[in-house]
Amino acid sequence: MTGTLAIVGFGLSTIGPGTATGLIFAAYINGVARQPEARSILQPIAFLGFALAEALALFGLVLAFVLK
Amino acid sequence: MHTLLREASDGFVPPSSADFDFSPIFGNSILFTKPVLMVFLSVIIGATFFIASSRKAAIVPSKLQYAGESVYTFIRNELGRDVIGPEFMRFVPFLFSLFVFILVNNVFGVIPLLQFPTMSHIGFPIGVTIFSYICYHYVAIKKHGLGKYLKDICFMPGIPKPVYLILTPVELLTYLVTRPLTLSMRLFANMFAGHLLLLVFILGGEYLLMSGIVLKFLSIFSFGLAIGLSFFELGIQFLQAYIFTLLTALYIAGALADEH
Repeated sequence: MTGTLAIVGFGLSTIGPGTATGLIFAAYINGVARQPEARSILQPIAFLGFALAEALALFGLVLAFVLK
Repeated sequence: MHTLLREASDGFVPPSSADFDFSPIFGNSILFTKPVLMVFLSVIIGATFFIASSRKAAIVPSKLQYAGESVYTFIRNELGRDVIGPEFMRFVPFLFSLFVFILVNNVFGVIPLLQFPTMSHIGFPIGVTIFSYICYHYVAIKKHGLGKYLKDICFMPGIPKPVYLILTPVELLTYLVTRPLTLSMRLFANMFAGHLLLLVFILGGEYLLMSGIVLKFLSIFSFGLAIGLSFFELGIQFLQAYIFTLLTALYIAGALADEH
């Protein structure tokens, strides 16, 4: 079996952001379910949080390519 | 580039960062490649669309005028008024051009024939980030003066003195290094990963199509997934242009705020 350990590192680095994204949208859905009129306020916050968390996984991807 | 690599070996060669290198268009000048050409194209497309949509502005808008105005209204209301606050009108042109430029360059990633997001070359996001970096520092220094701005960053008011030992380096690092770094890296990495994802399924499908009879049929799934993911990427491309502009607006709002 051949390959680089960097890809395994990328796999590990996705665990945290994956969990984070799930938590963010869980909170967003909860919020909208409890108060549907708050949707327009919550949406940018949820997507901002999502993008911030997702970027961490992508840094892992970039590093996996850089450190090959 | 990729086909050359494939012919050299017989197995499937997964796409790598080498697929993002382009040969020069004119002669040997590395300054003018496909991404650079696409940046020029994006400026022309953006300018033409919005000039055409606002040229014959009428009270009862045409379809084109409506399309142009809805983009503008979105940026002005959602990102300008709601995020920056009362002084937002000064920054709307900047935010608007930022959004349109990044959006057009991102969407190039799924447009047939072009099919390469310009922002997946790190140089372009860095260039765009420099603009917002200079912008939010300039706004803050102009509003508060250099001394007070630095003091606000280094010594956040209302915090016990020993905490400054940790807080001051972290805050300085946030304002000067982390913010521009994450801003450009986020855009770059999203576009890079998205293009790579599409390459995996399209080149994988091509490889399956060229192999045995059973595998030929499997290539349908690979191509089907590639088409589905193209639409997913379109969503990501919109989202990243929005996020970039939103974060710039947030940083400007932070610079304008009275206390940090």
